[in-house]
Amino acid sequence: MTTWPILSVVTFLPLVGALLVYIVRGDDEATRRNSRWIALWTTLITFAISLILVARFDPAVTDFQFVEKTNWLASGITYHMGVDGISLPFVILTTALMPFCIIASWKSVTVRVREYMMAFLVLETLMVGTFSALDLVLFYLFFEGGLIPMFLIIGVWGGPRRVYASFKFFLYTLLGSVLMLLAIMALYWNGSTTDIPTLMHTAVPRSLQTWAWLAFFASFAVKMPMWPVHTWLPDAHVEAPTAGSVILAAILLKMGGYGFLRFSLPMFPLASHDFTPLIYTLSVIAIIYTSLVALMQEDMKKLIAYSSVAHMGFVTMGIFAGTMQGVAGGVFQMISHGIVSGALFLCVGIVYDRMHTREIAAYGGLVNRMPLYALVFMVFTMANVGLPGTSGFVGEFMTLIGTFKVAIPTAFFATLGVILSAAYALWLYRKIIFGALVKPALMSMKDLTFRECLTLFPLVALTIWFGVYPKPVLDMSAASVQQLVNNYTSAVTAVKAAALMQ
Amino acid sequence: MSFDYQLLPVVPELVLAAGAMVLLMLGAYRGQGTTSLVTGLAVVLLIVTGVLELMLPAGKLVTFGGSFIVDDFARFLKILALIGSVATLVLSSEFLSDPSRRIFEYSILVLLSTLGMMVLISAGDLISLYLGLELMSLALYVVAASHRDNAKSTEAGLKYFVLGALSSGMLLYGASLIYGFTGTVSFAGIAAAAKTGSVGIVFGIVFLLAGLCFKVSAVPFHMWTPDVYEGAPTPVTAFFASAPKVAALAVFTRVTLTAFPGILPQWQQIIVFVSIASMALGSFAAIGQRNIKRLMAYSSIGHMGFALVGLAAGTVEGAQGVLVYIAIYVAMTLGSFAFILAMKRNGQAIETISDFAGLSRTNPLLAFFFAMLLFSLAGVPPLAGFFAKFYVFVAAIKAGLFTLSVIGVLTSVVGAYYYLSIVKVMYFDEPLPRVDPLRLEVGTVLALGGLFNILFWIYPGLLVGAASAAAKSLF
Repeated sequence: MTTWPILSVVTFLPLVGALLVYIVRGDDEATRRNSRWIALWTTLITFAISLILVARFDPAVTDFQFVEKTNWLASGITYHMGVDGISLPFVILTTALMPFCIIASWKSVTVRVREYMMAFLVLETLMVGTFSALDLVLFYLFFEGGLIPMFLIIGVWGGPRRVYASFKFFLYTLLGSVLMLLAIMALYWNGSTTDIPTLMHTAVPRSLQTWAWLAFFASFAVKMPMWPVHTWLPDAHVEAPTAGSVILAAILLKMGGYGFLRFSLPMFPLASHDFTPLIYTLSVIAIIYTSLVALMQEDMKKLIAYSSVAHMGFVTMGIFAGTMQGVAGGVFQMISHGIVSGALFLCVGIVYDRMHTREIAAYGGLVNRMPLYALVFMVFTMANVGLPGTSGFVGEFMTLIGTFKVAIPTAFFATLGVILSAAYALWLYRKIIFGALVKPALMSMKDLTFRECLTLFPLVALTIWFGVYPKPVLDMSAASVQQLVNNYTSAVTAVKAAALMQ
Repeated sequence: MSFDYQLLPVVPELVLAAGAMVLLMLGAYRGQGTTSLVTGLAVVLLIVTGVLELMLPAGKLVTFGGSFIVDDFARFLKILALIGSVATLVLSSEFLSDPSRRIFEYSILVLLSTLGMMVLISAGDLISLYLGLELMSLALYVVAASHRDNAKSTEAGLKYFVLGALSSGMLLYGASLIYGFTGTVSFAGIAAAAKTGSVGIVFGIVFLLAGLCFKVSAVPFHMWTPDVYEGAPTPVTAFFASAPKVAALAVFTRVTLTAFPGILPQWQQIIVFVSIASMALGSFAAIGQRNIKRLMAYSSIGHMGFALVGLAAGTVEGAQGVLVYIAIYVAMTLGSFAFILAMKRNGQAIETISDFAGLSRTNPLLAFFFAMLLFSLAGVPPLAGFFAKFYVFVAAIKAGLFTLSVIGVLTSVVGAYYYLSIVKVMYFDEPLPRVDPLRLEVGTVLALGGLFNILFWIYPGLLVGAASAAAKSLF
């Protein structure tokens, strides 16, 4: 039925928007205004088209849909696009959050607006492409290409230590990824194709699985980020402009989890099984250790950054539990975290725009001046804690159930993280919102403007909606997750049975 | 009609040689006032040569008793070398327009050097290899010193000559050893005779490869590169970094793959060592550089290391990787040097990297193209430099050279650091005063190089297909 390449349109439309922004001419003020509007409209139209994907998507089909395939590089490397129930939620998350990022930057970015909007639009193309590429080389292209705009976003529009943060971000991620590139080449050599659907059904030799798994792990663990390679994240978050932090937390981090789901589990099931204890250990350390670290932070963004690492620990734990609830919970947790952490960074951005500091100690008693802000911030804080009724609860709960079924000690220690997350999130909320309003600088704080409400209220609605009624996301991914879990389990049990036979 | 047939494959070279002589006469009789005319005609001559090269009958043409071969491999690289030379002459027009530097010989020397490259690329035996190499190099020595009243330029020319002569000596010594142990100078004959690697042949290969490593500036024969790159006038540096590298890498590939296919393990370990050493030195030594031309010198050392990764594989894929690499490398290098030429403030060339500060605000387009070229040099997708690295490493993985591949990609991360540092200066630092307006021809080369790098991913098939056909013609 689809006669036009809808997925490519969604992917490359922002790039067209970026070109449009480039040809904007006129005096400074007009350029700025036009760039903002073009960027906003591009992201909105992209989002609208991506909704057609949702409407036409058949959740019962486990195969890839909206598939496009044309010759591209040499033999076996094609331009192959498509989505299934695992990737579609991420595509929608990306296209849905971009307009918020543009609106959030409306007033706070005043220098080099045109370049800023271009960087974001290019980044959107690369992010959507990452989630919809069905060829390893194409995937790598999008995955790594995102480094360039993000490097510039942090470095040009970032805070005082932006140079350090942008270099750290770029080099850390590149170091992980080049190893993955070698593994991609090894897979190409093994199967003489880099087509993802084909490779999913190709048995990879055991020794190659181990090495390839480790190489992919190097890349995704950095991107995710997992303890101990997470140290680039707090720096990047603190220095990035608000919208940059939102994208980083909401979407770029999800590429790691998506990579585990798309490549590690289906292509290297045996190696994944072998390395599950490693993942469990790192995840639990991440959950407990980074939560404790978050308790000690003096910078709001840093605190949320560390909490992101902890939440991603739940995701990796759930994914590698290899159970239906664990994997589905991992997907849901990523989507939920995308909304919640993105919104939290927007909240930080709002007070930062007024006070130009992110130091927790500089605030206190905001509820007296900003009741609406206090309410919105509370919803997201509760979602971050994982309070039932918010989307944060569903994801955490499902990953924990999924893990309980196979690894009780891991789940036990991970559950401690729920308590710790309540500790740091509530502490942050109390320090900023409650208490007496004594600091003179805070006296003149204004409550949310219309523009800020526009960015936050839809996210509040989504957080509560998915918390009460998570079915839309879960249904969308159910069939694909089921197939993934079935293939993984059967591959692992087949090997175990073979070992028993001997 | 055997006479026609004999000369047909060398028609482009003959036209180029005769044309260069005519232009020399023109310049000699009409004086230095003809510099710009001679340069323009030289560009036309190079283009005509390229067209003639493409009009030759398809397939493998051999003449002069097997010492001159025109196959797809030669065609591919000759066109590439001609593109490099044309771009150099175009970029040189400003350098030559200065009244104190009206030297028409410059273009003639570039033509003769290009002629040497074409002979080198088509060389089918050790004699024509040496002839081509010397014709190319002798012209280059003089061109390096073409800024006659500049001490650094003269020093660069002299240094290049002394070290080049040394390496030619080594190459000749290696060639004589190989001749002594195989009894022939033709590559096909050597391949037939050298089925097993006797000590004599291996010694010969080592010396031969040492000479060739000098020409591609691979470690440990790289010492001349930074000084010559820095000392020579910038258009000349652009020339050094592009066309001669193409020719030297071509002969490197042809000699190893067609003359010594039977003793691959013997020379493979040499190439692996040279490759690792070049990549590592190119990455680490460039970090401390403050001068953009010196930095580009180290960068080119590193890139030659990456290109040799493909050669180390010793397979069709490897040769294809080398060809794709060198083609993309030429585009990146010419674009980068066009940018370096464009960097002038109040008529003074600026070569210190910190002087590029804030360029993205004063000259956004210029900075954008150079930033993209730098990301491409670093090998970040989706830019062309990524595909270059991709093909050589695919070949290396297929050949089982895992250690080489892992070290290679890790050094590329180190290399990314210094490329990023330049982007940082241009994008993150506070702006300095504007640079001089861009000259049309420099801007054109920069834009072509930049666009090629940015848009390569859309249709890589053309270059990759041509490289694949070229690589197959060697086997």
